[in-house]
Amino acid sequence: MTGGSVVVEGLTRRFGALTAVRELTFSVAAGELFGLVGPDGAGKTTTLRMLAGVLRPSAGDALLGGRSVAREPDHVRPQIAYMPQRFGLYEDLTVRENLSFYADLYRVPRAERPARLERLYAFSNLGPFQDRLAGKLSGGMKQKLSLSCALIHRPAILLLDEPTFGVDPISRRDLWLILTEMIAEGVTVILSTAYMDEAERCDRVALLNEGLVLALDTPAALRAGLEGAVVAIRAEDARRARDVLRQLSDIRRASLFGETVHAVVAEWVGADSLRRELSAAGVRVLDARRVEPSLEDVFIQRVAGEEAHA
Amino acid sequence: MSGMGISLTRLLAVSRKEWIQLRRDPRSMALAFVLPLLMLLLFGYAITWDVRELDLAVLDQDGTSASRSLVEAFEASGYFTVVERLEAYREADAAVGAGDAASVLVIPPGFAADLSARRGAAVQLLLDGADANSATIAFGFADAIVDGFSRRVVLEGRTVEPAIDARIRTLYNPTLESRNMIVPGLIGVIMMTIAAMLTALTIAREWERGTMEQLASTPATRVEIVLGKLLPYVAIGVLDVAVTAVAGVLVFGVPFRGSVVIFLGQTVLFLVGALGLGVFISAAAKTQLVATQVALIATLLPAMLLSGFLFEIRSMPPLLQGITYLVPARYYITATRGVMLKGVGPETLWVQAAFMVGFAALGLFAATRVFRKEIA
Repeated sequence: MTGGSVVVEGLTRRFGALTAVRELTFSVAAGELFGLVGPDGAGKTTTLRMLAGVLRPSAGDALLGGRSVAREPDHVRPQIAYMPQRFGLYEDLTVRENLSFYADLYRVPRAERPARLERLYAFSNLGPFQDRLAGKLSGGMKQKLSLSCALIHRPAILLLDEPTFGVDPISRRDLWLILTEMIAEGVTVILSTAYMDEAERCDRVALLNEGLVLALDTPAALRAGLEGAVVAIRAEDARRARDVLRQLSDIRRASLFGETVHAVVAEWVGADSLRRELSAAGVRVLDARRVEPSLEDVFIQRVAGEEAHA
Repeated sequence: MSGMGISLTRLLAVSRKEWIQLRRDPRSMALAFVLPLLMLLLFGYAITWDVRELDLAVLDQDGTSASRSLVEAFEASGYFTVVERLEAYREADAAVGAGDAASVLVIPPGFAADLSARRGAAVQLLLDGADANSATIAFGFADAIVDGFSRRVVLEGRTVEPAIDARIRTLYNPTLESRNMIVPGLIGVIMMTIAAMLTALTIAREWERGTMEQLASTPATRVEIVLGKLLPYVAIGVLDVAVTAVAGVLVFGVPFRGSVVIFLGQTVLFLVGALGLGVFISAAAKTQLVATQVALIATLLPAMLLSGFLFEIRSMPPLLQGITYLVPARYYITATRGVMLKGVGPETLWVQAAFMVGFAALGLFAATRVFRKEIA
């Protein structure tokens, strides 16, 4: 399957006074796994909706497989599949009824259906539940059914809005197995995610904030672009540790990552010096060490940098 | 594979999906199959303009055989039942005011004497004007009874050929049963309401449940979605009309003189229009609650009040008469009454058919136009 490239040019969407997506421009090669990452309200969903042709751009355009979504959506739709963030299938239809409804909508030839269904059931482990109403499935199974319906017509481009949001770890792994398989077959995947480990799997990632692209590169390049080093500190009182670190002159940034404080420091600042400073301030440090910067570090720095400029 | 043009596969897929959903939704099933019959029975028994057995109070101050035979004439007519005998004139007002009697017949003293003296006797009839309709009818009956009574008194056995002998024959509804008028009209009112309500739910439900977003991203066009959604409801609507008409004939004894084919043809046209209107409301409202309420108000009231079902259109003020042309039930009710009671065919009903084709086209056009495959 070829021709699944996506070219986004100046894509913009305004809702009244609010500009949800601002002149978005990027290209995704056929067969690429492309991630949209950003906080709530960054414009991820709006972007995917415009690419899926369910929301008209205020300005700009996107070419999916060479066809304009603004001007010829009828030519775009058969080659894409879109999975909205909110479960979009019919809860009062069974698993099988939902699948055959979507197979009909995309006019999948009858002769090919049994083989495709068998494969999708094998992928998703939904086979034993074919006659169950979609509304009675667990969250993870619903997402797998959604993805199966999206794949029934073998789209060249998959648009997925937070496909693993709120899904149990097993189903999440299943979903990624399916995606990996699709990418291996040459399907282009554009997905939004709030999970950094998922962003790490992408070929390239666009960091979105307030409708703007802050950075766009491979995860490795994005991490390499982080200025300074990261020291991860575990302390008895993580919150206090962060507050103390923020007072120090060598610290560019200190943020809580769960129970750990990530301090972005100048290259020459060692973990030991931070430990001493914290102990002097009366914070008991359990552990302090240099770590590889994660996408989350990059992301926080970029977003914060944006706010500092504003 | 091209996404252009109308695909029957997709249209039927939408119909099938809609039918499955309908089948599994008890609320819609009740709306589709139980409510029409329930409404027919309820309205069919409740609404009647026939005035029979009017409660009559009598104040006979004369107390003669002449006055008694006048009262007997009232009772013998079948239209009045004497429920109360009054003693004094002041009780008359109280009897009507309390609702004990709808009318009071007052026969003054000297009634018999006046009659035999050929002076021209007077009687008084007090009517409860609060129910203007019944009062008018009661007046008509009373007038006729008194007229007949006085002629008998004047002639006293002799016979005279009247100057003009009016022989009135009522066509199509010889017994003037109001039910015969009501049942065909009711079919129109019921179907207008049910059809619009049923489809009002369908698209609003897709928006509310979030299924529209994914549907909108597929190659299904809005024409396929709208027509596909309408198809099962047209089938249900035709079935409903058939069942209601049969019930009207069997339960209420309404005649069916015309052609079943013409009847069903008019029904399909009307349903497509009414269902299209429902889709239009549904697509514009986007929530099921708003959609059903708007559909109910937009269909039930005009269909009841402005279609000629309850009130004669010709006696409405000109402005309201003008508005009735916009009420599709007007044409359908004319058609159902025409087919059922008069047995008229296309030579008369083509006007109604033309208006309903227009209504159906408008309904479909509005439905597909307002329904945009776009969220937000």
